[in-house]
Amino acid sequence: MLCERCQQRPASVHVTRIINGEKTELYLCQECARDMQPQLNFSIPKFLAGLFDYEPGPGIKTQTIVEHCRECGMSYEQFQQTGRLGCPACYHYLAGRLEPLIRRIQGSSQHRGKVPRRAGGNLRVRREIEKLRAQLQQLVEQEEFEKAAQVRDRIRELENSLGEQGGGQ
Amino acid sequence: MSLNLERNSKWMEGSGPQADIVISSRIRLARNLKGMPFPNLMNEAQEAKVIQLVGQAIRTPGVFQAVGELKLMPLRELSPVERQILVEKHLISPDLAEGKGEKAVVLRDDEALSIMVNEEDHLRLQCLLPALMLHEAWRLADAADDALESELDYAFDQDKGYLTACPTNVGTGLRASTMLHLPALVLTRQAGEILTALTKVGVAVRGLYGEGTEAQGNIFQVSNQITLGRSEEEIINNLSAVTVRLADQEREARELLRKQSRWQLEDRVGRAYGLLTNARILSSQEALQLLSDVRLGVEMKILRGIDQRLINQLMVRIQPAYLQFAAGREMTPFERDVHRAAMVRELLAG
Repeated sequence: MLCERCQQRPASVHVTRIINGEKTELYLCQECARDMQPQLNFSIPKFLAGLFDYEPGPGIKTQTIVEHCRECGMSYEQFQQTGRLGCPACYHYLAGRLEPLIRRIQGSSQHRGKVPRRAGGNLRVRREIEKLRAQLQQLVEQEEFEKAAQVRDRIRELENSLGEQGGGQ
Repeated sequence: MSLNLERNSKWMEGSGPQADIVISSRIRLARNLKGMPFPNLMNEAQEAKVIQLVGQAIRTPGVFQAVGELKLMPLRELSPVERQILVEKHLISPDLAEGKGEKAVVLRDDEALSIMVNEEDHLRLQCLLPALMLHEAWRLADAADDALESELDYAFDQDKGYLTACPTNVGTGLRASTMLHLPALVLTRQAGEILTALTKVGVAVRGLYGEGTEAQGNIFQVSNQITLGRSEEEIINNLSAVTVRLADQEREARELLRKQSRWQLEDRVGRAYGLLTNARILSSQEALQLLSDVRLGVEMKILRGIDQRLINQLMVRIQPAYLQFAAGREMTPFERDVHRAAMVRELLAG
């Protein structure tokens, strides 16, 4: 089997990466595996801690890369020791393992509170649209069609503004 | 800027809804800056940068118009006693007071608004008001937050809300809390049971100085546990309702005491007043317990002519750091006990 990265040398290392809960498997040669190490924040203790009892085939070593934050380098294991995350990006890079924890302690994983004006981006507009839709529904039920038309126009206006900004994230 | 540590904080005023039982209401918002590690991973240069950014933000016209003048004080420039006074007034946490590195506190003149910089999160904005005024505190904190956000880039995620160093604060970053004086629930042995039951409705109960501290002087702090998945208004409404319910329960217990053990109750209050106005040596713990009895007497109109504000002030003034600061010198624990007794005697008898 050839290395999946360089497609030249024979693969001798099996790398399993779990990032944001998504498992990807790579078969690499020694050189490419070493190349990727700094990026993967490789360390011997973590390597040993993450070893799988898994034999993909003769002559192939198995290695699991511990998840870590690409911005500050914090691993989930480090977080477990201190209870503190390293930076805002940890929520993204460690999401796979943080998500169940957050759901357990918070009972939910979806923010429903305040949306800041600048950092909130389109979310503020989308929340407004949701609110207006509920209002529209109510007005239609009450047969207040004139007011409903006004609300509908406002919704269209807001939806267009989202469209102009590239559909929103 | 120098700190005017002698003045009284807004929360000590002792007037407002449910003031017979609810001492104060607090709103705390945890906020972090985008693209920076959280304080536990910051180096001193990054810490200084955060302080500089916050310092700039509070000096802008927008912030001034929203909440008035705010002043920033690097903790490095405060003596250990001065830092401790800020803890005793509930303006900063013990963690911030003891922490190493570059940390700062931002204060409004009436101390109703404060910001801890580089505590567990980059910013911990707090609004502290007397009695049950959670909604008012939220309005002020929200206004300050909006004004600061127009100057600072907050770390915010569309799904997770405000991103915080600890996932227990993520979402709204909001911790709402009230401080309640519940002596009758303690005397009638109902406190434990009721307070345990509260944890089942998402309310945490703590002692006077927050996490891990005891309920000295029958004072309990209740706060929301959940910060994600509910709006700020829902969290505040829930905590307000719980606080009102607790206050009602305490009032019922007080009436029960008045009916069933009137003489014991009046004796207890009278003895506490007698001790506070005559003792020559008082530890802070004993003083807090006696002040709780006197407060109960004042609130139940067994004792007359004592202002509730004075009791709130005494709660702070009997604390070790405040006592030493007022005396202008360091004291041994024994000296403090003597000094404390003299100060309490003078203020209560006066």
